[in-house]
Amino acid sequence: MDILNALVVFLNFVFIPAATYGSQLALGALGVTFVYAILRFSNFAHGDTMAFGAMVTIYATWGLQALGVSLGPLPTALLALPVGIAVTAVFLLATDRVVFRFYREKRAAPIIVAIVSLGVMFVLNGIVRLFIGVDDVIFLDGLRQIITPADFKAWSGLDEGLGLKMSQAITLVVAIISVILLFWFLNRTRTGKSMRAYSDNEDLALLSGINPDRVVAVTWIIVAALTTTAGVLYGLDKTFKAYVYFQLLLPIFAAAIVGGLGSPLGAIVGGYIIAFSEVIVTYAWKKVVTYLVPESWAPDGLLQLVTTDYKFAVSFSILVIVLIFMPTGIFKGKSV
Amino acid sequence: MSEEENLKALRNTRGNKDASITRTEGMSTAEPVRPGGHAFPAPGGPFLAGEGMTGGYGRGADILHDCTIAVEKGQIAVIVGPNGAGKSTAMKAIFGMLPLRKGRVQLDGEDITGLAPPDRVARGMAFVPQVNNVFTSMTVQENLEMGAFLRRDDFSGTMEQVFDLFPILREKRQQPAGELSGGQRQQVAVGRALMTEPKVLLLDEPTAGVSPIVMDELFDRIIEVARAGITILMVEQNARQALEIADIGYVLVQGANAHTGTGKELLSDPVVRRSFLGG
Repeated sequence: MDILNALVVFLNFVFIPAATYGSQLALGALGVTFVYAILRFSNFAHGDTMAFGAMVTIYATWGLQALGVSLGPLPTALLALPVGIAVTAVFLLATDRVVFRFYREKRAAPIIVAIVSLGVMFVLNGIVRLFIGVDDVIFLDGLRQIITPADFKAWSGLDEGLGLKMSQAITLVVAIISVILLFWFLNRTRTGKSMRAYSDNEDLALLSGINPDRVVAVTWIIVAALTTTAGVLYGLDKTFKAYVYFQLLLPIFAAAIVGGLGSPLGAIVGGYIIAFSEVIVTYAWKKVVTYLVPESWAPDGLLQLVTTDYKFAVSFSILVIVLIFMPTGIFKGKSV
Repeated sequence: MSEEENLKALRNTRGNKDASITRTEGMSTAEPVRPGGHAFPAPGGPFLAGEGMTGGYGRGADILHDCTIAVEKGQIAVIVGPNGAGKSTAMKAIFGMLPLRKGRVQLDGEDITGLAPPDRVARGMAFVPQVNNVFTSMTVQENLEMGAFLRRDDFSGTMEQVFDLFPILREKRQQPAGELSGGQRQQVAVGRALMTEPKVLLLDEPTAGVSPIVMDELFDRIIEVARAGITILMVEQNARQALEIADIGYVLVQGANAHTGTGKELLSDPVVRRSFLGG
């Protein structure tokens, strides 16, 4: 029995990675929920918008690196992030102008717009692959590890090491700051409140003098900030791979729906629920259990419920279960 | 496909009721006058008037046929008529929630036919729709703040005035408007419209669905608002009660003017009494 070592293994292999992944999903789900609440459709292009934002940020990072700019221990990508957000915002506003505005003015049914976003997704998908390719891109520089497992072992005298990667720490900090900013914006500022009003009742917002075009534009800018941030954090933490973002669409939607579509708080909680479920179900618990039980009980197998190849099955199962038994999600979102 | 068929296809949801993909709740149903239009001077004439209004929704048939509604400054005008007479439509047309095919709208010496609703709000018009007239997910105070959206000055004084007019709202200011009773919601709706300090207040059946006691109370408040110098144009189902407080009344039938006169004249007109006031 060695509870401390078990705890360290749990923190190192389950808790920290899941919290990081959960933050990335939460930022992604916030964007999905935002478009759903205000523009009233599920934006299937969301994952590829993340890829696009991350791609622009990577180019900006390379540019800064070529100029010799660096943030010391922090990754240069943080400095390039505002550039990525700005370019993505311009791109999304242009997409809205060319594609979505047409359907909005025709008062098209939202289901039509959702299908249109599928088309936007394919185009974005192609653009990203055309520019940066399909290979791994590693753009993390600066300090890799804030705490290395070896240092931790030496400091604590335990058998197991606990590591905290720079990308993980940054993800958690940036996610918390983004969420606080977003909630402050929605509940305290005039523009934020006007967006909630528009989401609540478009006609009444118009009667109050709220300009719908402005609300839509601000929505896209916020979505650009959320997607690019989520995409860059995911890319820093893992690696950048064009198609991975497309696959992230499933856990992101699962997160938004579990929390309750249209509820920002729900998106955050949903993100962590999906991430923790995925990691817990696909983690091989052998080591943790071996530390916790008497030696003779030590398991032979890996104690892994599903292999990581099936991690998407986890979010998919949660999605199906929630839609059947609790369709409005935890925070009573707007889905029925 | 013709453009008509195209539009039909775009709006067809083909039985899709899955709200996990789209959200139709709170979606706009109006096709208001598009932004970008201009007002131009049109001196003379009444303070607020829709003159010779003809129009309908979308590409549908005309609902209004050469309908004229006018009200002088500080007066109360009431539109009454049977169901489907186009009363609400006339009011929406005056506010620009419905583009006119013929006719014009005039406010305070200006022709505002081409202005979008937010621009009309900026010129001193306020509109209280019959249904869905509060932001249900927002608090009472936030509802009032949204009413004052176009104001850049300090509007806390106006909010106090609204709270004085409807004291119950002061108590419930932090409560979501969706949790209030029907009568209280109507008060929030009227309060929201008053927040811009409008010159003209358009009320679409303000007493629909509230109890008789609340209805009397609402009428009293409306008279109080009119005494403060705000011009009022109101559509009412409770024709008798509304005409009693009206300076001028319009009876619409099938989208056209049928009878016009002061409230008293209409109340004593045997034809109007027989056809619309139940004897």
